[in-house]
Amino acid sequence: MSENQAILKLDQLNKHFPVRGGLLKRVQNHVYAVNDVSIEVDEGDSVGIVGESGCGKSTLGRTILRLEEPTSGEIWFKGENITDLSERKLKKFKHDMQMIFQDPFASLDPRQRIGDTIEEPFVIYTNLSARERKEKAIKLLREVGLDETHYYKYPHQFSGGQRQRIGIARAIALNPEMIVCDEAVSALDVSVQAQVIKLLKELQDEYDLTYLFISHDLGVVRHFCNKVLVMYLGNMVEWAPVDELFDNPIHPYTEALLSAIPRPVPGNKREKIQLRGDLPSPSDPPTGCPFHTRCPIATEVCRQVKPEWREVTPNHFVACHERG
Amino acid sequence: MTEALLDVKNLVTSFRTADGDLTAVREVSFSVEQGETLCIVGESGCGKSITSLSVMQLLPKNGKIKSGSIQFNGQELTDLTDEEMRQLRGNEIAIIFQEPMTALNPVFTIGFQIREPLKIHEGLSKKAAHQKGIELLKQVGIPSPEKRMNQYPHELSGGMRQRVMIAIALACNPKLLIADEPTTALDVTIQSQILDLIDDLKKRFNMGVVMITHDMGVVAEVADRVMVMYSGEKIEEADVETIFNHPQHPYTKGLLQSVPNVDDKEHHLEPIPGSLPSLKENISGCRFYDRCEFATEKCRTQSPPKFEASEGHVVRCWLQEESTDERKSSYS
Repeated sequence: MSENQAILKLDQLNKHFPVRGGLLKRVQNHVYAVNDVSIEVDEGDSVGIVGESGCGKSTLGRTILRLEEPTSGEIWFKGENITDLSERKLKKFKHDMQMIFQDPFASLDPRQRIGDTIEEPFVIYTNLSARERKEKAIKLLREVGLDETHYYKYPHQFSGGQRQRIGIARAIALNPEMIVCDEAVSALDVSVQAQVIKLLKELQDEYDLTYLFISHDLGVVRHFCNKVLVMYLGNMVEWAPVDELFDNPIHPYTEALLSAIPRPVPGNKREKIQLRGDLPSPSDPPTGCPFHTRCPIATEVCRQVKPEWREVTPNHFVACHERG
Repeated sequence: MTEALLDVKNLVTSFRTADGDLTAVREVSFSVEQGETLCIVGESGCGKSITSLSVMQLLPKNGKIKSGSIQFNGQELTDLTDEEMRQLRGNEIAIIFQEPMTALNPVFTIGFQIREPLKIHEGLSKKAAHQKGIELLKQVGIPSPEKRMNQYPHELSGGMRQRVMIAIALACNPKLLIADEPTTALDVTIQSQILDLIDDLKKRFNMGVVMITHDMGVVAEVADRVMVMYSGEKIEEADVETIFNHPQHPYTKGLLQSVPNVDDKEHHLEPIPGSLPSLKENISGCRFYDRCEFATEKCRTQSPPKFEASEGHVVRCWLQEESTDERKSSYS
């Protein structure tokens, strides 16, 4: 089974942020950002991670890259446990895991030429000469649809879409195997967003990339991903292949999320499932099923017992007492 | 046809900048009737927000309405003094902005901010305004409104803040509500609550609504009529079914093609190549020329006039020339 080996495996991954307060700055509480997340990602997958803001999807992405230290649980990357690796040993893996951020304005140094920004990974990780680095940087620029003239420019001279292309060029510079895209296309206009999605797909075909695609836009996820993880308050809610999830959602939260998306079809008066209220605070999560406060079908059991993670049909996992 | 509530004709708005005058809105005309929702769509920088700020006369200092007329209920807004405009704003015309955190004042309680328009425009006493405020918060679906009146904006969630904004906007029963990307910063589940709320209130009070958005899904959900803007110009306008089912302008078609559809996995995403032209650029022909796959020599040199593709369907594109037998639109 070397063909379809899991590139990434998460086992009961937790990330809790301490909340300090009071005179002595003691830990008073925790924000439970990621709770017991266990999934397996195969090579070449595009995994969508969806949920409302504050559901822990970004924290999950950052924890996988070890930009945040996990509280407990294990992260396996290419068959090796990287949860407790030292900075030095981790460097080897950082080659293979890259990240693209949401805000292309904030993630580029305004005082650095684009060429230098793209060359930076080569400076850190390789022994290439200045000329070789420049050659490579220009090649990368071409690859993401920019050209040589952009090498000497500064970030403010680019539009949002172009800046996101620069972010992508930098992320693929070291030929990574996995890229975490944190809301990578959310800040872009639709016409530009479609361009960037197309580019990401082309790069995936060319370099056999695996994507973790964190997004709140379910339309984009349906187009881009082949598997989807739905999260709510840091917990896994549902995990299934993309068509299965969109066509046969099981969890009431997934159903509500899907029904809330405005469809670009006028006059289409669907029965919408309206969720009551707002997301509860992740520092004071409800007991039992985290979703029971807003769930239309919650029962007494849901209020007290946390539902188990079950495989309802092959490859379709869900955490719900009532369904499946 | 009934008298339009808001009637904007040939609006031109420009900004004085270090690079000279930039025209952000070019000869835009539209109208809104009572109980009607007009959606203005387009990508960032197309002038949709500036159009709405021009109507409200809330342009930044360096912005100026160069020409055109804005009639509200038969009254010419461009002739009004600042004081007269202030009487209308928040009273007859209200606006909701995208980011409620920046639109609400962080140092005053929700109660103070909701009482303010009631005291100024309706002349209510503090006590009466307080009561009315609680009612308004209840109306927009805020739980335990009495408690909320004494809270500060940072104590509320994003969706809740947007509800407060709507409650303040509706405080004086405005005839016209301008909503500038009211749900863009919100999650889909909250977005759908807010859109339903606006639609419900529109029906109840027979308001005219101008909704500015870039989300075609939102447009399909709420609009009666749609106006598509590109680079400061109105390029197409029609009722919502026509825009989605028979779009005429290549840009509108491109926009619809680039929206991923959740229900249709086969939908082929087709991006529009290139990006918006800079406002600095002086373009004599069609402003969409260098991104348009159907562009001809004529498009490069001559700016297309408005053609009427069918009743009430206005398109600004030379491609319409043949199909409409050069019947120029009487609509302007």
